[in-house]
Amino acid sequence: MADTFFLGAALAILAAAMLSLYRVIRGPSIIDRIVGVNVIGTKTIAVIVLTGHLFGRAELFIDIALLYALINFIGALALSRYFERKGVDVTSERAR
Amino acid sequence: MTVLGMALISGGVFFLVTGAVGMVRFPDIYTRMHAAGKCDTLGSLLVMTGLACHDGFVLTSAKLLIAAGFILVTSPTATHAIARAARQSGVEAWTAEGNR
Amino acid sequence: MRRLSLFVLLFAAWLVLSGHFDPLHLAFGVVCSALVARLSSGLLFTETPSRRLLAATWGVVRFVPWLLVEIVLANLHVVHLVCRPERLRPQVVRFRTRLRGDVARVLLGNAITLTPGTITLDIEGDEFTVHAVSDIAAAGLRSGEMERRIARALDQSATGPRATEPAAD
Repeated sequence: MADTFFLGAALAILAAAMLSLYRVIRGPSIIDRIVGVNVIGTKTIAVIVLTGHLFGRAELFIDIALLYALINFIGALALSRYFERKGVDVTSERAR
Repeated sequence: MTVLGMALISGGVFFLVTGAVGMVRFPDIYTRMHAAGKCDTLGSLLVMTGLACHDGFVLTSAKLLIAAGFILVTSPTATHAIARAARQSGVEAWTAEGNR
Repeated sequence: MRRLSLFVLLFAAWLVLSGHFDPLHLAFGVVCSALVARLSSGLLFTETPSRRLLAATWGVVRFVPWLLVEIVLANLHVVHLVCRPERLRPQVVRFRTRLRGDVARVLLGNAITLTPGTITLDIEGDEFTVHAVSDIAAAGLRSGEMERRIARALDQSATGPRATEPAAD
């Protein structure tokens, strides 16, 4: 019963991640892609934790989720810092 | 406890899905960040606390709550950093009037 | 005092995250926590006087439940907007804060990002640039409720007039 529930929840979150993937592929600007990747990262953390409970190895998977949260945060900061310096191609935003 | 946990997880999944739909539907970067920054934070927060409720009082629950607190602090910071990058590089905000 | 509280905090985090309670791992934890507390005590909370650290922490803890309620309201607002995107009225608002210190401003910036329809775009000195998603959100921002609560949590005063004007762009 609980397992089915966790599986359903994880699948729903995966479907949501696919929706965000549309934003990553479609753009239009690089900032949209960064936001999309960040969102997928956050959803992945939730999926990892749920997977841990599905497999009965929650104590192992929560560590992975914590690490993933750290990397997701640092990655978003590094990317936004980089494009803050470099500047974004605004014309690609106009041609939506 | 289990029922409460499942209710929390359902709420979290609902917000995560809404956030993703908002990502697709909203018109510009800033409004998309509203959907991404808020719904994702609360969504994962609810999933984590829901699972902690489901587990009861064990060490894993404490870890889950630490992860939830971590997300609560870092997610807005990341959103803010990305928004700042967009603003510094001159991306203009979409307005309802400008697009009629 | 500051180093000691940082050490206690770090060691508590070590205990929860490692999950091993045998002497070897505890010793590792003590050494690591002491080392990190020694090295990084100059970075964290440097502007709060040591004796007020506990009071400030308690203030922040009391602030969190209100913040959580606001976050839920913010999310319901976004859900509403996702269903009706034509209701969007995005606008950029600038205002000056009277909160002093980095911790207070970071707290305000994060709280703004998390609560109804507003994102902090930029903080320069005491000037905040905020993106609001609708008229209601912008009005809530101008009332300065959040600022007052953070000021109360950190035991600062935030009374008197405040200059608030919509941005030109």
